[in-house]
Amino acid sequence: MSTVTEIKTASEYWETEPHHHPEGASTSIGFWVYLMSDCLMFAVLFATFGVLRGNLAAGPGPKDLFDLSLVAVNTTMLLLSSITYGFAMLRMGAGDKSGTLRWLAITLFFGLCFLGIELYEFHHMIAEGAGPWRSAFLSSFFALVGTHGLHVTFGSIWLVTLMVQVSKFGLTSANQRRLTCLSLFWHFLDLIWIGVFTVVYLLGVI
Amino acid sequence: MAIPTNVETTFLLGRLNWDAIPKEPIVMATFAVVAIGGIALVAALTKFKLWGYLWNEWFTSVDHKKIGIMYMILGMIMFVRGFADAVMMRIQQVWAFNGSEGYLNSHHYDQIFTAHGVIMIFFVAMPFVTGLMNYIVPLQIGARDVSFPFLNNFSFWMTVGGAVIVMASLFVGEFAQTGWLAFPPLSGIQASPWVGVDYYIWGLQVAGVGTTLSGINLMVTILKMRAPGMTMMRMPVFTWTSFCTNILIVATFPVLTMTLILLTLDRYIGTNFFTAENGGSPMMYINLIWIWGHPEVYILVLPLFGVYSEVTATFSGKRLFGYTSMVYATVCITILSYLVWLHHFFTMGAGASVNSFFGITTMIISIPTGAKIFNWLFTMYRGRVRFELPMMWTVAFMLTFVIGGMTGVLLAVPPADFVLHNSLFLIAHFHNVIIGGVVFGVFAAINYWWPKAFGFKLNRFWGKVSFWCWVIGFWVAFTPLYVLGLMGVTRRVRVFDDPSLQIWFIIAGIGAFLIACGIGSMFLQFGISIWKRNDPAYRDVTGDPWNGRTLEWSTSSPPPSYNFAFTPVVHGLDAWTDMKAAGAQRPRAPYIPIHMPRYTGSGVILAGLSTILGMAMIWYIWWLAAVSFAGLVGFAIYHTFNYNRDFYVPVNEVESVENARDRALAQGA
Repeated sequence: MSTVTEIKTASEYWETEPHHHPEGASTSIGFWVYLMSDCLMFAVLFATFGVLRGNLAAGPGPKDLFDLSLVAVNTTMLLLSSITYGFAMLRMGAGDKSGTLRWLAITLFFGLCFLGIELYEFHHMIAEGAGPWRSAFLSSFFALVGTHGLHVTFGSIWLVTLMVQVSKFGLTSANQRRLTCLSLFWHFLDLIWIGVFTVVYLLGVI
Repeated sequence: MAIPTNVETTFLLGRLNWDAIPKEPIVMATFAVVAIGGIALVAALTKFKLWGYLWNEWFTSVDHKKIGIMYMILGMIMFVRGFADAVMMRIQQVWAFNGSEGYLNSHHYDQIFTAHGVIMIFFVAMPFVTGLMNYIVPLQIGARDVSFPFLNNFSFWMTVGGAVIVMASLFVGEFAQTGWLAFPPLSGIQASPWVGVDYYIWGLQVAGVGTTLSGINLMVTILKMRAPGMTMMRMPVFTWTSFCTNILIVATFPVLTMTLILLTLDRYIGTNFFTAENGGSPMMYINLIWIWGHPEVYILVLPLFGVYSEVTATFSGKRLFGYTSMVYATVCITILSYLVWLHHFFTMGAGASVNSFFGITTMIISIPTGAKIFNWLFTMYRGRVRFELPMMWTVAFMLTFVIGGMTGVLLAVPPADFVLHNSLFLIAHFHNVIIGGVVFGVFAAINYWWPKAFGFKLNRFWGKVSFWCWVIGFWVAFTPLYVLGLMGVTRRVRVFDDPSLQIWFIIAGIGAFLIACGIGSMFLQFGISIWKRNDPAYRDVTGDPWNGRTLEWSTSSPPPSYNFAFTPVVHGLDAWTDMKAAGAQRPRAPYIPIHMPRYTGSGVILAGLSTILGMAMIWYIWWLAAVSFAGLVGFAIYHTFNYNRDFYVPVNEVESVENARDRALAQGA
């Protein structure tokens, strides 16, 4: 029960002094929550793959299709891109605009290499008659790996946008916030890929 | 190939052609009414030169209060559509006896029951709930807006886009004939080759983006924007239940989105996720969709549990009984709601152990829910209960919802469910909890917070007429369905052979008529109250017409754009009651400039492009889909180049608004 009886001054019940709320204070937690929702989308895809991976419908299976050495190169590209994004963030912290842009460009290069190799793999599989419509296993494979690839594609478009914005407007606080969000996104995709590599490729082939 | 060869497609219009326009008299008459009404509305807006006002003050607004009101209006409009569907079903089921086919053919009837469910859940209940949370939560936590105001505007317009897509299906093409969750293989391309299921998919996807983003937004708002001193355990219960609802939205809507994407792939490019061939698994769709679907019902009802808590405490003149247990009960329900999805298909054949697990978890949910009921009852006990309209709805809720909850526990017993599965007993049960829980709660909330939003109270007489028509009408409409369900009548049946069943459908039809009277009275209530808004019996200048307990009542009605000239400081639960008890006077000058977000039209444009993209995909107009998608990405990038998104409300403006309030208070006193 509220038994407050003494009359308090207004300042105890209202903030009468100017109070500065840092701009964008909610952005990083908001982006984290978004990433968790995105993570659930991947969870559905992983679950779907887990349920359907054995349903080959007399079509080709993982052992017939996956080339681990190609996937190893591909994984390396993505992991390298994460490291180079980290270097970009270090340069950003140091206030070095051109260094940031340079590392972002290298990140983009590795990202595009990853996408190129993935597209080659997809093309190769479809040409062999192992497209997503062949069996439930292949449907779930293309959906999971393809969704990850689409995320990398959008990440790359975003990366280019941010490079333009950083080069135009500099490392302003708004741009630093955006680079931090993309950094979270990029590392998140790395994490998802480690799951894909393990569950889809390694467990598929061994 | 996945694309059916029997539908002729052209490059320019895809599979859209003259044959796609339904020529049934009922649809054409509806179209005529909608067209005439729409033209009249557009003409009126043009004549009174309101387009600029609407665009500048409402459509582009990032003010959470205006967005909240727009959500409520959307919910109301769609509610009328959804209810019209319900009435059509009731009439058909009264009519189609003794060899009569009724007045609806199966193609039309199947669209109506699908549209009724989809609209009532996604475009009535969700906008109502989101609208309430949008309006009330920032005010209750002493904030000036949500964390991401632009995103809020965008979310709203995406919801509108989804609604537009679903409504378009009435006049161009068809809607799904699959039931509201579109189970495959019925929703697959072979059984549903035309546009119905595609309308369903794209309508829900466009709206779903909005819902997910709004969930993230409100969740972060509650975490980060609370007034100083408002710890988690000092948050008003409505804010708590909203918080849990938004956690559930963020934790489940992505599942719906991805499940529908997989169904889309099955339909558009011929994958085999849910097909009955090439290793696909239709039951996986049913599992996935209910992993979203069951939490969804708690997404809908939890905020209304919050409303009942606020209303009960206010109108009993007491602090809420068992605040802590109410919070824990809410959190328990949030977690448990994720562990019960399989009770929607006990008959799948998962086996006794699995069914037992899900039966027991389902029954366990009734424990925290029961705890809530007792908390409300104990709050009323020895309180000075004022039976204003919000309190009446709350009492009606408690009586109705308890029955619905008990029939739910009956259905949670797997052997009983084998008998009652997909019967009208189930239909009666979920209408019992959704109408008794969600709809009554929305009406309680509207009557409770209307004076806050508009500065005048609602008419009591017509409110009471609406209340009694609704409550009695509900029981007359749905008790017969319990009876019919126990007799074995299944849902979604269009024509009946057994004439002895007809009387029950006639009674249910009378109930629907009473509910229609309730809806009519409610619109009359709104109309009369708006007409008499300056009448002293309606006008409220205090900002606190009910002797409220939480911070939204501490500011004026309607609140200024910035909500609070000075951020409140909270010392306990029921912050406004504390302030009143302490006799704290709201501070005056010197005012401080207030930092606020700028209005923007970007949300409307992005949602408009998304809607065009959805329509293009539905009709296989690939060039338009490509163009609108490119436009969407391009405009989103363009939008990020706008760094100038906020401004300061200058001191003299704050001063003039606050002085105006002082003058109003002096006049009222």
